[in-house]
Amino acid sequence: MKYLLMVFYAEKNRNALSEQESQKLMVEALDFDDTLRKGGHFIAAHPLESVQSATTVRVRNGKLTITDGPFAETNEQIGGFLLIEAQDLNEAIQIAAQVPPVRLGGIEVRPIIEIDRNNIKKIWTEYSMKSASRPQEPR
Amino acid sequence: MDRIFHEVRVKAAGTEIGHRAGMSQEFSGPAREALEAVYRDESRRVLATLIRLVGDFDLAEEALHEAIMAAMEHWPSEGVPSNPRAWLISTGRFKAIDRIRRRARFDTALDDVVEKLEGEEFDPTQWDDEHLEDDRLRLIFTCCHPALPQDAQVALTLREVCGLTTEEIARAFLTSAPTIAKRIVRAKSKIRDAHIPYEVPPRKDLPERLDSVLQVIYLIFTEGYAASSGSSLTRADISEEAIRLGRLVMNLLSESEVIGLLALMLLQESRRSARTSSEGEVVLLEEQDRALWNRALIDEGKTLVERAFAAREIGSYALQAAIAAVHSDARTAAETDWTEIVGLYDVLLNANPSPVVELNRAVAVAMRDGPEKGLALIEAILKRGELEDYYLAHSARADLCKRLGRTDEAIASYQRAMSLARPTPARRFLARRLGELGVVVDMPLDGEAGVGA
Repeated sequence: MKYLLMVFYAEKNRNALSEQESQKLMVEALDFDDTLRKGGHFIAAHPLESVQSATTVRVRNGKLTITDGPFAETNEQIGGFLLIEAQDLNEAIQIAAQVPPVRLGGIEVRPIIEIDRNNIKKIWTEYSMKSASRPQEPR
Repeated sequence: MDRIFHEVRVKAAGTEIGHRAGMSQEFSGPAREALEAVYRDESRRVLATLIRLVGDFDLAEEALHEAIMAAMEHWPSEGVPSNPRAWLISTGRFKAIDRIRRRARFDTALDDVVEKLEGEEFDPTQWDDEHLEDDRLRLIFTCCHPALPQDAQVALTLREVCGLTTEEIARAFLTSAPTIAKRIVRAKSKIRDAHIPYEVPPRKDLPERLDSVLQVIYLIFTEGYAASSGSSLTRADISEEAIRLGRLVMNLLSESEVIGLLALMLLQESRRSARTSSEGEVVLLEEQDRALWNRALIDEGKTLVERAFAAREIGSYALQAAIAAVHSDARTAAETDWTEIVGLYDVLLNANPSPVVELNRAVAVAMRDGPEKGLALIEAILKRGELEDYYLAHSARADLCKRLGRTDEAIASYQRAMSLARPTPARRFLARRLGELGVVVDMPLDGEAGVGA
């Protein structure tokens, strides 16, 4: 099972850290990534730039709208993410509890849906061929 | 007991097997008696094991139903098997494999599941009590997983572990069956989609995981205990269900806090008939007719308190039970050993600091050392502001002022308490009245439980 761990915290708490505390957190996070790698849990992990840099894109009725800011205004924002491999939710929770910035905010654990690409594409191709062979309605 | 046969018949109606099982012909005699007995005593164990074997709640329930249908078909003519429980597990497992196979035709991902299920060493004779009880414990920990919302933990536990129907759960919690059904369906989807494992947590995770199990059991108990009139019959049943769950968990896992919780429930339950007047009013502890207390429950509760206290660490359920036990020892309210109670509150406060426990301790101090001492403590707590909106704090202050003859202050505090009291009894009353008119009111579960009441 793959799980996405979304690291949430209030940016003002993150910004309130001293230079030294901030560096320490970063080093701890990098070390933790290594621990995950060694345990075979690591897939990807990155911190994100401030939510002030966020842009939200929507398409409605074919029209593109671009707005400044995050998708939803909340007290706590996504500050980074980890994509991990874990046996089950309990293991994912164990891992989430050790992600260093968990002490700053909280971590949302979400299971990833595994898509069987080839199977989906095959089913879709069969389906489109069937509809193509059906007589078309007069336009 | 006819319920299950009715359910099975309804489910089977129109199916081939239902037809062959001779739904028209009467299912009776020794086969029926044997099936009823095994269903009553073993169906929850069988279900717990099937859930582990097939890895899916709904599939396991369907498999159990099909196994019972098969028993109705085969037992009358072929005789009751020597180990009916193992027969049901084994038959249920085959039925589940069949079902998955049928589904697998449309979903190739299920091939692996079938392969795994068929490949597993399976010897039904190995299903001794120990194996099955492990499965029951797994089921309880899964239903009470902290990743599920607490109201769903409660509903799922009552449904899957205790075998109550959604209608029965809805009635006990004064809510509608569809609401309960929705909670259960959502919880099952989360268990499946987030891969909540079917396991007893490892030792190091046990304290916090056990905590959520005990909270669910105590919540079920207090739901049945808090209600004082009207549908009191079903409410007592739900408390009984909580006590049964407490016993089950204690037999499987004799941690001190499990013993403590069972003791606490038994000691509170012992006062059930004394705590409601004939008019349905709540009777406070000091005014209860102690002759009505159930001595058998008290004795059992006290023995359990001693067992819980033998542990190295004594938790808050055991301490609350000990306080209840001290009350049970007093023949009259005046004879209560308040020194002992204050001492226990000191330990409880140390283990589990909370302003509510502090308030209860202050009331006990007032009983031991006089109202002035207690009043000073309560005023100090109120001054800190934490219990400013807690009506029991103001009503406790009012009681003490009254005893000191400070009538005006007592009135002011009672009025403040009145303005803060959540109108729960009134809401329950109205919800019941609306229910009689066919309107269902969804009352959320209340997680707050009083201490040492």
